[in-house]
Amino acid sequence: MTDRLFEPRYGRLEDAALLTGKGRYVDDIHLPGMLEVAFVRSPHGHAHVRSIDTKAALALPGVLAVYTHADVVQALTSDHIPPDELVESFPTTTWPYILPEDEVCFVGEAVAAVVAENRYIAEDAAALVMVDYEPLPVVSNCREAAEPGSPTVHRHADGNIVSQFTIEYGDVDQAFSEAAHVFSFSLNQHRGGAHSIEGRGVVANYDANAHQLTIWASTQTAYKSRDAAVELFDMDESRVRVIVPDVGGGFGGKNTVFPEEVLTVMASRLLSRPVKWIEDRREHFLACIQERDQEWDVEVAVDAEARVQGIRGTMYHDQGAYTLLSLHVPHNSAIAVPGPYHVPNYSIEVLVTETNKVGTIPVRGAGYPEGNFTMERILDRIAQELGMDRAEVRRRNLIPGDAIPYQMPMNTREGTPMIYESGDFLHCYEMALEASGYADFEQRQKEALAEGRHIGIGVANMVKVTGRGPFESATVRVGRSGRVVVYTSAMAMGQGTKTTLAQICAEQLATEPDQITVVTVDTASSPIGIGAYGSRNTVNAGNSVHLAAIEVRKKAIRVAAHVFGVDEHDIEIIDGLARIKTDPTKSLTFKDIAKALSAAKGCPIPKDMPIGFEATVNFRPPDVTYCNATHVVEVEASPETGGVEILRYVVVNDSGVLINPTLVEGQLQGGIAHGIGNALYEWMGYDENAQPVITNLAEYLLPTSTTVPNIEIIHVETPSTLNPLGVKGAGEAGVIPVAGAVVSAVENALGPIGIWIGEAPIAPVRIIELIEESKASP
Amino acid sequence: MTDTRAIALTVNGSRHDIEVETRLTLADCLRHQIDLTGTHVGCEHGVCGACTVLVDGQAVRSCLMLAVQADGAIITTVEGLASEDGQLHPLQQAFHDNHGLQCGFCTPGVLMTLLEFLQHNSAPTEGEVRVALSGNLCRCTGYQGIVAAALDAAGRMRQEPDQINGPKKS
Repeated sequence: MTDRLFEPRYGRLEDAALLTGKGRYVDDIHLPGMLEVAFVRSPHGHAHVRSIDTKAALALPGVLAVYTHADVVQALTSDHIPPDELVESFPTTTWPYILPEDEVCFVGEAVAAVVAENRYIAEDAAALVMVDYEPLPVVSNCREAAEPGSPTVHRHADGNIVSQFTIEYGDVDQAFSEAAHVFSFSLNQHRGGAHSIEGRGVVANYDANAHQLTIWASTQTAYKSRDAAVELFDMDESRVRVIVPDVGGGFGGKNTVFPEEVLTVMASRLLSRPVKWIEDRREHFLACIQERDQEWDVEVAVDAEARVQGIRGTMYHDQGAYTLLSLHVPHNSAIAVPGPYHVPNYSIEVLVTETNKVGTIPVRGAGYPEGNFTMERILDRIAQELGMDRAEVRRRNLIPGDAIPYQMPMNTREGTPMIYESGDFLHCYEMALEASGYADFEQRQKEALAEGRHIGIGVANMVKVTGRGPFESATVRVGRSGRVVVYTSAMAMGQGTKTTLAQICAEQLATEPDQITVVTVDTASSPIGIGAYGSRNTVNAGNSVHLAAIEVRKKAIRVAAHVFGVDEHDIEIIDGLARIKTDPTKSLTFKDIAKALSAAKGCPIPKDMPIGFEATVNFRPPDVTYCNATHVVEVEASPETGGVEILRYVVVNDSGVLINPTLVEGQLQGGIAHGIGNALYEWMGYDENAQPVITNLAEYLLPTSTTVPNIEIIHVETPSTLNPLGVKGAGEAGVIPVAGAVVSAVENALGPIGIWIGEAPIAPVRIIELIEESKASP
Repeated sequence: MTDTRAIALTVNGSRHDIEVETRLTLADCLRHQIDLTGTHVGCEHGVCGACTVLVDGQAVRSCLMLAVQADGAIITTVEGLASEDGQLHPLQQAFHDNHGLQCGFCTPGVLMTLLEFLQHNSAPTEGEVRVALSGNLCRCTGYQGIVAAALDAAGRMRQEPDQINGPKKS
């Protein structure tokens, strides 16, 4: 990298519009003649749909159409959301329907779409659609779903196990037979929903005159939206344009193509009018994705020195009624358990089972939080059983710095070898213990207890795969205005992507970041790309911008050298000029160079030079890169109320080279807040009939300003060896070890009472129950 | 079946005489009838606070209020904070300077909540700011930048007391 020419903590380019109410989110888009959609949704976890009567709804003034499965079959090439490669191999019952033919499989599944002059009328009409349901047996729990004789989620399915696989290496049974100690326990893990404050949403405008379909979607995955439209509407890419406006957060909830999106587009296509659907919060609870439930039975074998010799067990993953996005969550969870620790023998059997609940796909962290929680609970159990310090148990099991690069004896989700290529976990760990005053804590704890206060400390370590390829695209182009514009497939949803990419580009072109315009996803200007998930934007798009900007810089130098008749080494780029180093009066502006490279008359450029002051790069990372962190948390817990307050939170995080540390800190702070929700608050409850018992934000507790502390962050910047910028991901880094650390701290705070927490989130009422159980069986 | 009423709203200093459906929420009225889309709707049941606006100086949830109930009221939305020449209100500037926003969707409601709060408490403690913000949900920031921005803004607004009520409108 060249020297930094500007402050890395550059103020965000996104802020001015967003602070003044000038952001353009999808619901801010208003087109003349626009209609709105509301959905008729199943009130049953499982039912046969005997009939749907739309007459009364259609008769309501202002209603233009009511669509059911029959309309979908007529208008689209399929009645299913196009499945990904893996899902294609699953039975079609697992594929999500656009609208189901005659069976609903979760509460909230859309059975009809109503299109009306506005949302108020559409909702009135939706209430008038008469659906005759015959309730069917329901499966609500992922473990029970795997049992023989369980009712099936789909009435024509043979069973509920979508997939059964084992992640294993070494000889785990031998490790157990030779172990000094074996401990076993079960865990119930729950992660709720995504809950971006802006829900999902889409505006579609089919222009019949031009046979052109434009879709504005609040999405993390615009290219899938485009490809689904191409496939389902049988139009080619030149006819379909997807634009991602300002997005009010994603967190995984916008990372797939949903029936609601397809139906909104379908309505526009059929009616030749603009159509909008904006998800309300109730719909987010009922019909957006969740990550939800995993049940784990695990055993650990340790030697006499508390070193893990093997881990084995079974995990049940609640997949929901349909498979929207492969097996990412259960697979990630199963490979994430060892994390930064040396686990020589390992075997986890995974049963992915359907339930009559909305489908699950990754929420921020994507299964890593559950794998991490399992490992950190294992380490705490070892410490508890052997009467050892929890930090010492971790120290003995962490992979030491001199072992890195370290090849895990298993493969990534792509089937390539899993290699921790850089970083020093033990170093970060010791730094975090030092910064948090871990060594003094026992003394402080004693003093607090003498005052009647129960304080506790918890420590957890994590490694997270980031920067997964295959690529994101970037074009850096300077037009005749002289303005530098970056066009990229990187999707922005609040991370400060535009600022980060402008900084990367500015560094090569020696200009201020605010002199650069960044255009995030518009498939008309960035026709190929993937999506914003898995902490991958800066690795993929950042390096594409970096390399494209270098090409553009070289072009500028070459043109200037040609024009002034000097050697390229004599030219420097500074402040939007290419000039002779020794004679700064001789310079070309970017405007001049853009004109020359458009082959304008009288602007000679080298004959072999490609036209255009621009470059496009689709950087392909050779492999994933891993970020790592240690979290230390101090809590106070009340044995009377079960209430938990977080007193202090210290993080040492290594996300490689940081482009803008402020933005990375924002990612970590937000991720940790999400993790605090997973540890203590967020629970998407269903009853035994798979009926949601929580459908609003008064019942579903998101972390608030009074429950999330300030986070003390220390950065370690070990460059990734796998990309030119040396960057690693950060978006999911914060969330992963939080539940493990917090739960450990709560146990530690209540140490004199002696409870074991085998679940997350842990609500006050459960803490009280565990205390009572502990007192009943001392 | 639609029932409408004529109402008058003064929004950010401009008077709007409009005909609204009686069931129209104030949030939808501001967003879709007056085209001030800076006010956002996050939950439509009064918990998230994204739709917070000032009605006669009080921070209220515009998703829980009908437009007809605001007849005659003076309303301030996020669009009314910066001066007409585009200069940010000290509160807005503090949010920029302290990384007080990420996706920006909850931000307008947070700003309006804090504007009212800082009018009544010009030198708050961090704990007071956190309590004042506890009715506004943010999924992105973990609140740290928001709290820092609020404390910073309080200091700036004490320096420029004429800014407390936002820029003067002609």
